[in-house]
Amino acid sequence: MNWTAVATIYKAEMARFWRTFLQSFISPVLSTSLYFVVFGSAIGSRIQEVDGVEYGAFIVPGLVMLSVITQSISNASFGIYFPKFIGNIYEILSAPINFLEVVAGFVGAAATKSLFIGTVILCTASLFVDLSVQHPLAMVAFLVLTCLSFSLMGFIIGIWAGNFEQLQLVPLLVVTPLVFLGGSFYSISMLPPVWQTITLFNPVVYLVSGFRWAFFGQADVPVLLSLCAIGGFTLACVGVIWWIFKTGWRIRA
Amino acid sequence: MAAILSIRDLRKTYDGGFQALKGVSLEIAEGEILALLGPNGAGKTTLISTICGITTATSGSVSVGGFDNVSQFRHARALIGLVPQEITLEPFTKVLDTVSFSRGLFGKPADPSLVEEVLRKLSLWDKRDSRIMDLSGGMKRRVLIAKALAHEPRILFLDEPTAGVDVELRKDMWEIVRELKADGVTIILTTHYIEEAEAIADRVGVITGGELLLVEEKEQLMARMGQKQLEVQLAAPVEAIPETLSQHNLQIVNGGGALLYTYDARAERTGITTLLNDVAQAGLVLADVQTRESSLEDIFVGLVSGGLVSKGAAAGGAA
Repeated sequence: MNWTAVATIYKAEMARFWRTFLQSFISPVLSTSLYFVVFGSAIGSRIQEVDGVEYGAFIVPGLVMLSVITQSISNASFGIYFPKFIGNIYEILSAPINFLEVVAGFVGAAATKSLFIGTVILCTASLFVDLSVQHPLAMVAFLVLTCLSFSLMGFIIGIWAGNFEQLQLVPLLVVTPLVFLGGSFYSISMLPPVWQTITLFNPVVYLVSGFRWAFFGQADVPVLLSLCAIGGFTLACVGVIWWIFKTGWRIRA
Repeated sequence: MAAILSIRDLRKTYDGGFQALKGVSLEIAEGEILALLGPNGAGKTTLISTICGITTATSGSVSVGGFDNVSQFRHARALIGLVPQEITLEPFTKVLDTVSFSRGLFGKPADPSLVEEVLRKLSLWDKRDSRIMDLSGGMKRRVLIAKALAHEPRILFLDEPTAGVDVELRKDMWEIVRELKADGVTIILTTHYIEEAEAIADRVGVITGGELLLVEEKEQLMARMGQKQLEVQLAAPVEAIPETLSQHNLQIVNGGGALLYTYDARAERTGITTLLNDVAQAGLVLADVQTRESSLEDIFVGLVSGGLVSKGAAAGGAA
């Protein structure tokens, strides 16, 4: 492994993050606060409790997942798409580094950013509601794995995208609906039976459920299944990336 | 001198079926400056991209410093610095940062004094904290060169380094190239400015339609293929060439004010003495005579259009 190169890419990507630190920091704090005002206070006051958990606290894991997933995808896809767009990807392609090192640098940085944002949201949320974490280790594991796997997915989208519209297409048309319909703001037991079954085909359900279990000790689906789902998704992304770099798809003519 | 870069029967066919390289073979000696001359779309950039690993070859092989550029890509690529044709720089980064980035990307440990030396050589040191977006076009080109030199390559590829650059900066670039050569760097540059190849190259390769038509020492090429012309300016214009001069294949130029004689400068007999005698005998009065050598440009145009020599003749050494 060419660790110097990995660290160089990682640092350069993080530098972009620090350049826009205020935006990176303020926007998640603001949007989380807005969610709490709308869902926690306005609507939450009428729902009160879901599965024995106060509604304001109940939505925290889903809220964190929502931000972490969208941030991971947008950071990683932008990170690799930008050099493709500008043309300075020539430097990465002609450097004495392999694909694994490129992915480690870009995805590592994107995952770090979303992990940071996830943490900021958790801290902001704890200002609004009482948060207890029953399984801290599992909570961290779910958070890190989610950051990593969706950064990998973002990297794939960034390689695939031929223009800025396509860069937004998958997050907008696929990811956002899946996340909103993935039980971020409700328990799937609240749905009619048919929808309970349909919703099980949504991978985000497993993430949110597992993550929520780490907080409150209860889940819509078994925790092991959640862990398998996120693990499987990560492996699938790694597989696709391996194929991309083997064939040079969309990067090497 | 030993070959530092050796290309064997390199072919590249793009997915769409376009054949950009049709079996290019080339050896480049350490420390030389080779200019690859060719019109737009000749395959110059594809050749460079394939050597550097940006494009994968359909067949053939490239060896850099004895390392295969695919199976031993880490060793091979570490020796190469690439300056692309387009200005491709992240606009928001600072000069010093982007040059240091290039060094790190090649796995070399940070070396601020070396980066400073490179920046000073390219007159960029005063601009080290400027953002790329605030630099002029010429400065950006220098940054691209600095990035390519940051990891101390032994071979430098310059893909059209002076395209769209003003005359003064072009001269600066040539000076930089000469200095690099003095430092022992092997330089391969592509250009469609003949003047450029003529000014700085040791050898010239002519590429068109994905084929290398010839590679030859610049001086030799010009001597071998260079024709000289003698312009005989007349005191009084003529309407037609007198019959007694017909054997000399003269052309009337300047509306009859001059006669143009083309000859091979290296031939045993240039025919000039006979011509001048014949001119005097025809009763024409000379006002002045001028000779001029054909430039690389004339040779190049002749080669590419196929008018001057056929490919076989060029390779065989006949002009």
